[in-house]
Amino acid sequence: MKKENISGSEALIHCLLEEGVELIYGYPGGAIMPFYDELYKFQDKLQHVLTRHEQGATHAAQGFARVSGKVGVCVATSGPGATNLVTGIADAMIDSTPMVCITGQVPSHLLGSDAFQETDIIGISTPVTKWNYQITDVNEIPEIMSKAFYIARSGRPGPVLIDITKDAQFATADFKYKACVSIRSYKPVPEVNPSQIDAAATIISNAKKPFIVWGQGVILGKAEEEFKAFVESSNIPAAWTILGVSALPSSHPLNMGMVGMHGNYGPNVLTNECDVLIAVGMRFDDRVTGRLDTYAKQAKVVHFEIDPAEVNKNVTADVAVLGDVKQTLPLLTKKVASKPYTKWFEKFKSHDKIEFDKVINNDLNPTKEGLTMAEVLKEINRASLSDAVVVSDVGQHQMIACRYATFNHSKSNITSGGLGTMGFALPAALGAKMGSPDREVVAIIGDGGFQMTIQELGTIFQTQAAVKVVVLNNDFLGMVRQWQQLFFDKRYASTEMVNPDFVKIAESYFIDAKRVTKRSELGKAVDEMMASDKPYFLEVCVEKEDNVFPMIPSGASVSEIRLS
Amino acid sequence: MKTNYTVSIYTENSVGLLNRISAIFQRRHINIVSITSSASEIDDVSRFVIVVNMTEEAVKKVVGQIEKQVEVIKAFYHTDEETIFQESALYKVASKSLFEERHIQNIIKKSHANIVTVNTDFFVIEKTGFRQETEQLYDDLAPYGLLQFVRSGRISVTKSPMKIKALLNKLKD
Repeated sequence: MKKENISGSEALIHCLLEEGVELIYGYPGGAIMPFYDELYKFQDKLQHVLTRHEQGATHAAQGFARVSGKVGVCVATSGPGATNLVTGIADAMIDSTPMVCITGQVPSHLLGSDAFQETDIIGISTPVTKWNYQITDVNEIPEIMSKAFYIARSGRPGPVLIDITKDAQFATADFKYKACVSIRSYKPVPEVNPSQIDAAATIISNAKKPFIVWGQGVILGKAEEEFKAFVESSNIPAAWTILGVSALPSSHPLNMGMVGMHGNYGPNVLTNECDVLIAVGMRFDDRVTGRLDTYAKQAKVVHFEIDPAEVNKNVTADVAVLGDVKQTLPLLTKKVASKPYTKWFEKFKSHDKIEFDKVINNDLNPTKEGLTMAEVLKEINRASLSDAVVVSDVGQHQMIACRYATFNHSKSNITSGGLGTMGFALPAALGAKMGSPDREVVAIIGDGGFQMTIQELGTIFQTQAAVKVVVLNNDFLGMVRQWQQLFFDKRYASTEMVNPDFVKIAESYFIDAKRVTKRSELGKAVDEMMASDKPYFLEVCVEKEDNVFPMIPSGASVSEIRLS
Repeated sequence: MKTNYTVSIYTENSVGLLNRISAIFQRRHINIVSITSSASEIDDVSRFVIVVNMTEEAVKKVVGQIEKQVEVIKAFYHTDEETIFQESALYKVASKSLFEERHIQNIIKKSHANIVTVNTDFFVIEKTGFRQETEQLYDDLAPYGLLQFVRSGRISVTKSPMKIKALLNKLKD
């Protein structure tokens, strides 16, 4: 599109519209005011959601991006507005979430002068962005914005920050938009090397105890069907990292569960018994591998990965298949035949039984009086028919949500995996609901994390986004308390929380709210929440000192996983 | 085993890229021994030469992270044996030493250093070579009083071809 003599602010808006953006999250302030003024004129085309804190805007944009697969966009002013974005940007970076952040900046003649609300956000955000750029010249806007979106969404996605000085927003120029399709120094997707596929197929075909661990790469690559086809045609047991979970339905017979620190017993222990480990779109995070020098040492490792820097970073691959899994997996599927692996599957089954008897049964069907977090998830699974998007915060409830929530559809588990950002879930759930309005979105949050971004209840109230907010309240920073109990002789240093009346807080935002303290009330309360077509808040007071098991203690091997 | 590696990085010439690259080392608590940035053999393409002391396993990962940056065209690492490298040093000495201490002229001659400028107050000697050569000259001149001393970072070219032009042509297609 072409426009003559328009302001930098209007140009920015046309860039967003050209990129198909319909919804942005943000917070106005001095240095971004020209942009907001222009936004006022485009309200019918570009919806702006005013969060109650810039951090909320980033997490909302992340939630939106994670459910929709589109680029999330957020806007803030200079100085504190910009620095408040940093946590969300870092979160998006480590979890590979496509996001474009636009920050206002002081006028270019004031740069470096310690002007009011000036911070070097380019310097600050450099280590946590895939790319960033400061625009000081109105003429640069279309090219830089098209690059920003291209970089954010291509290859391994990530956050991009564009800082734009106030004078560049005011200045005028002719506008011509051309979508970016390549950058000479940037190769987002490595070329597929057929010999790597052949080598992978040979190793996998000779395996007696192969094991797949998949991650978010399957979802980011929109390769759920290709992945399912590979799993089914090879008949290889597969387990997931917490960011990969919903890529294959929970009920799928070849879905063996979760790996990692609080993952399932079988998938962790058998990682150290498999003879071929097939890693698909995952990066061997330390929460997945436990102690590295005892991780899958007996196995040949085949690593399917889009980012060459991830290959051999933590775990050495015998064969690395570089490329987008959407392209590489079908090539592999053709070359790997199905085998029964009967004895191998029996091992998973016997481990599952041990975990069920020692952990899962007590979590889901407790005989004690206090409510468990897991039984809340069980009720949500029942009431949502496993069709909901579950957005979790960080801590015990997050591990329980990831362990016990069941999913029929991809892009359904939204959580802060790599960064572990408390306060993520409430704004992310808002973004998830707006990114998938037809789906039920349930946020599972602890009493600690809830209070880190609790003000976003105001945004939920104002937008009336029908998010279902469940706070699992144990009056503790539960995960830290669990570690204090297990590894610090029960010295509960600063983990006990004296909490306000959360129901009253929700009600003061005019959000329907309820508190459950007894098992007998739980099912009905969850039904009532799910039946509501409005935002809804449910506090469930759970057992105060429950622990999440299984658990691989920090620094221990995956085979040293504890069941109690 | 830790050893000196020369990391060569071909990049677009853009603001902030130095920060982006140095952050990759800083994050891993790696001290940069020396760093230079200049034009390269290709128009509009910059070349960083960074010397670090680390294990090969670590330098490999760092180079992977550097190459991942959007504006980095290609990054390599090499051992000293695989490169031709030099450093430049400048030595500022009071002029009276040159005239009063005849020995200093022999030092300059012997070291194959050049006198860049001379005036009534001071003269400036330039020496390009290996680290031990510039250090030797430093040790030789120090007794006569050095007013200032400065040494550049390493600049280096590799013995093997870099083929960046071919890579850029390929990227263009």
